[in-house]
Amino acid sequence: MDMMLAGGPLLEVQACRKAYRTDAATELLVLDRVDLRITAGEIVGLLGRSGSGKSTLLRVVAGLLSPSGGEVRWRGAPLVGPAEGIAMVFQSFALFPWLTVRENVGLGLEAQGLPPAERAERTESAIDLIGLGGYEGAYPKELSGGMRQRVGLARALVVHPDLLLMDEPFSALDVLTAETLRTDLIDLWSEKRLPVKSMLMVTHNIEEAVLMCDRILVFSANPGRIASELRVPFPHPRNRLDKPFRQMVDDIYAVMTRRAQPTGRHIAAPAPAFGTALHPVSTNLLAGLTETLAQPPYDGRADLPALATALQLEADELLPLGEALALLRLAEVEEGDIRLTDAGRRFAAADTDTRKAMFAAALKAHVPLAAAIRQVLEERWNHRASAERFRDELEDHMSPEYAHDTLHTVISWGRYAELYAYDEEADQFSLEEPA
Amino acid sequence: MPNITYPAMAIRPRLPNAWDFIAAAAVLGALMGVAPAVRGTFAPLTTAGLAAVHLDPAALPYYAVRTTLRMFAALVCSILFTLGYGTLAAKSRRAEVILVPLLDILQSVPILGFLSFTVVFFVNLFPGRVLGLEFAAIFAIFTSQAWNMTFSFYQSLTTVPPDLDEAARSFRLSAWQRFWRLEVPFAMPGLVWNTMLSMSGAWFFVVASEAITVGSHTWTLPGIGSFVALALAHRNLAAVGWAIAAMLVVILIYDQVLFRPLVAWADKFRVETTAVVPVPEPWVLALLRRTRLLRLGSRTIGAVLAGLGGLRLAPRQSRAPISRTPSRTADRLWLVIVALIVAVALWRIFLFISAGLTLAAFGETLIDGCFSLLRVLAAVAISILVWLPIGVWMGLRPRVARLAQPAAQFLAAFPANLLFPLIVILIVRYRLDPNIWLTPLMLIGTQWYVLFNVIAGAAAFPGDLREAAANFRVRGVLWWRRVILPGILPYLVTGAITAMGNAWNTTIVAEVASWGQTTLVARGLGAYIAEATNDGNTAHIVLGIAVMSGFVVILNRLLWRPLYEFARRRAAPI
Repeated sequence: MDMMLAGGPLLEVQACRKAYRTDAATELLVLDRVDLRITAGEIVGLLGRSGSGKSTLLRVVAGLLSPSGGEVRWRGAPLVGPAEGIAMVFQSFALFPWLTVRENVGLGLEAQGLPPAERAERTESAIDLIGLGGYEGAYPKELSGGMRQRVGLARALVVHPDLLLMDEPFSALDVLTAETLRTDLIDLWSEKRLPVKSMLMVTHNIEEAVLMCDRILVFSANPGRIASELRVPFPHPRNRLDKPFRQMVDDIYAVMTRRAQPTGRHIAAPAPAFGTALHPVSTNLLAGLTETLAQPPYDGRADLPALATALQLEADELLPLGEALALLRLAEVEEGDIRLTDAGRRFAAADTDTRKAMFAAALKAHVPLAAAIRQVLEERWNHRASAERFRDELEDHMSPEYAHDTLHTVISWGRYAELYAYDEEADQFSLEEPA
Repeated sequence: MPNITYPAMAIRPRLPNAWDFIAAAAVLGALMGVAPAVRGTFAPLTTAGLAAVHLDPAALPYYAVRTTLRMFAALVCSILFTLGYGTLAAKSRRAEVILVPLLDILQSVPILGFLSFTVVFFVNLFPGRVLGLEFAAIFAIFTSQAWNMTFSFYQSLTTVPPDLDEAARSFRLSAWQRFWRLEVPFAMPGLVWNTMLSMSGAWFFVVASEAITVGSHTWTLPGIGSFVALALAHRNLAAVGWAIAAMLVVILIYDQVLFRPLVAWADKFRVETTAVVPVPEPWVLALLRRTRLLRLGSRTIGAVLAGLGGLRLAPRQSRAPISRTPSRTADRLWLVIVALIVAVALWRIFLFISAGLTLAAFGETLIDGCFSLLRVLAAVAISILVWLPIGVWMGLRPRVARLAQPAAQFLAAFPANLLFPLIVILIVRYRLDPNIWLTPLMLIGTQWYVLFNVIAGAAAFPGDLREAAANFRVRGVLWWRRVILPGILPYLVTGAITAMGNAWNTTIVAEVASWGQTTLVARGLGAYIAEATNDGNTAHIVLGIAVMSGFVVILNRLLWRPLYEFARRRAAPI
């Protein structure tokens, strides 16, 4: 049913750029020179860390955002706003709580102005196809997460879109539910029962991408670019335990860790500047990870995919941890492996006070923002400084959300290291703990 | 507790900015623009529309119906106004900068103060007919209802969840469909709750607006309010009693038949998908949902309405709206227009002040304002002292709270001005000082807002925190200071703000009270405005209103909003 348009691509994105204006002078580049072609009959995955622009690209394709530069062509014509034939499934489901399952699913048809009889018929068949029969009259809040996302899928499928967009569709679900939904969807796809020609999905789950997609585009961050493109040659249904499957997951891990430092093999020396964005990583997690790595079976060295499976963390959660350790010189990350440094081993074995001292030293030496805050406080006669000025300075280098996260992180790290105190009410840093 | 938008809190806390002054100037300027027209057309209105009101209890049901109809006519106007004004303010960036501060000022203006203008205006619109008076009353009620409803709607429109917004756009709903499928439903819980609060407050105004005296003219409309006014003039205590009983019945019916079911129904529009504590289904809603015939009827109406909402009336939004760059020239033009309007308003104010008012008169009203402020603060403080412990006690006992909270809401809806005669009689009999003893009048209406908010706060207090406090044997003063007070602070502040707004409005009725020939006057801004109204002295009315609005705005901005923000931040769950 879906090879009619085999001649031309469904969607063509060329040199797409998306920038946000932070203030008059600076521009924040989120997407840079992204090319993407989608033809009928394929499932394409956009894989990357959070903040790499993959969701932005999806929203550009959906017509929800317009690109700052480049071109997006849909069925050969320039894309202007949300187009007919493109439907989206949301991470948060985005169901209207005041509409029943039937009304939610029928919404897109109502917007097209279809007569009620035809609307009812198509709604019913989409509901049955996706396994929601019997739930027609229920409100979303009566449903479990998995059932809610089925409604989200049915709502998108009912308009018979040529291209189905999915924004991390399974990441808000528990592991078992997500797996059921994935296999159900892939089964329908393989049996050619889905009324769609192609799918484009955003994910940060490497295994999910390898399990579902025919083609994976790996994004790198700051600005978001397509770092590499991989073809997944396995036929459906795929087995996660197959050797080639595991190998591909490992390769992608390697690609994603290598990307952070394109010039060399090591991530160990990223030469952080004042404006380096810090991921909000808890010091407890950092300490816990060094302890785990120091113990057997790892003895200071671990394969990231294996570690992720053992700790039940996703790549998106584990990689920031590794990067934070690397930033503080407590570990090195290379080619999908993580290795404790000598300092890391000492840190893992130390008691609380020693750890705090080591952490403070590492902050001063390797996190310029923390060092700058400490220095300003020491120079001031009253040893106080408004956090606002650091926030402003950060916003020159990154988006407000990143600036917020970074400041939040540096506050929590500094508190742990007892480098400085922070008073939320006054939004002030100080040297002494406020009374 | 439903997500409440109290008008004073509806926008982020901020210090007064230029737009507030502009809005204030515009409102005052408009008032002064109306004033000469009022004065000029005063003469021809000699005996227009003096409807006869009888002190016969048998006529009370009819009066009650008239009063209620007026109320609902105003409600329809308020809803239409809310949908229009709120949408315009939320959708148009240019309209927003002027509409939102304007709303903020409007809801701070004591409505009773300019009742006299509007009565004369509407009576002149329909000379010699009761219709004009009816419009005046309806308009007065409307002005007491509309602002917080509009604020709530505006706030909902600007906080539509981004994922629902994206879903609506990606499925290409037309603007009309989007309004009825996304925006109105999302705003519904807040809107219904604010409508209920508005209606509660409005009973007070409907009663006050039925018998109006401006200068030497008194206009009356058949209704419970004019019935009570007549009873007061005739010193007929029994008739006052009958009126109170009739009002109780009316409010009981309105509460049970309309608002309980409406609030419960609006719950389905709540976006939080987590289950909330189930509240018992109101019997009327149960009736509607379970009775086959009624259900069929409501289904049919619902289907027709849904069909209307689903029409693709407006063009779809074709462009992605994010990238739209605002036109600089149009912006400048807009600013110039606004500046011109403000300049005209300022000029009017200047003319007005230089014509009729002296600095000394202004100083007098400021002092009067301080007297009223003391009374208002006393009323709120006494309400808190009395009802905080009782409310906490009730709120921590779920079964008591379930009964007490609706009761307190019901009492808040009861128009306190109907009860004034009872206290006035006491003051007259025991020759008490009106300067002090008229204050309890303000207490009558305001205390319930404190009570039902405290009950709600205590009822929502997390059980595990209570257990933790008990486990560490935190008791007595320490328990109040460290546990329950911080825990219910947002609710307490909310209650105090609502009570305070109510008390300011009450001053106009409460600082001057009469029983037959005896008239008691307490020194204060309310009495000043009431007397100016009686004298038909527009300059003094405008001055009084301006000063009172000033007090309200400054208190809101400098005291309540920061306090509320503080309470909200501190009590936010981890």
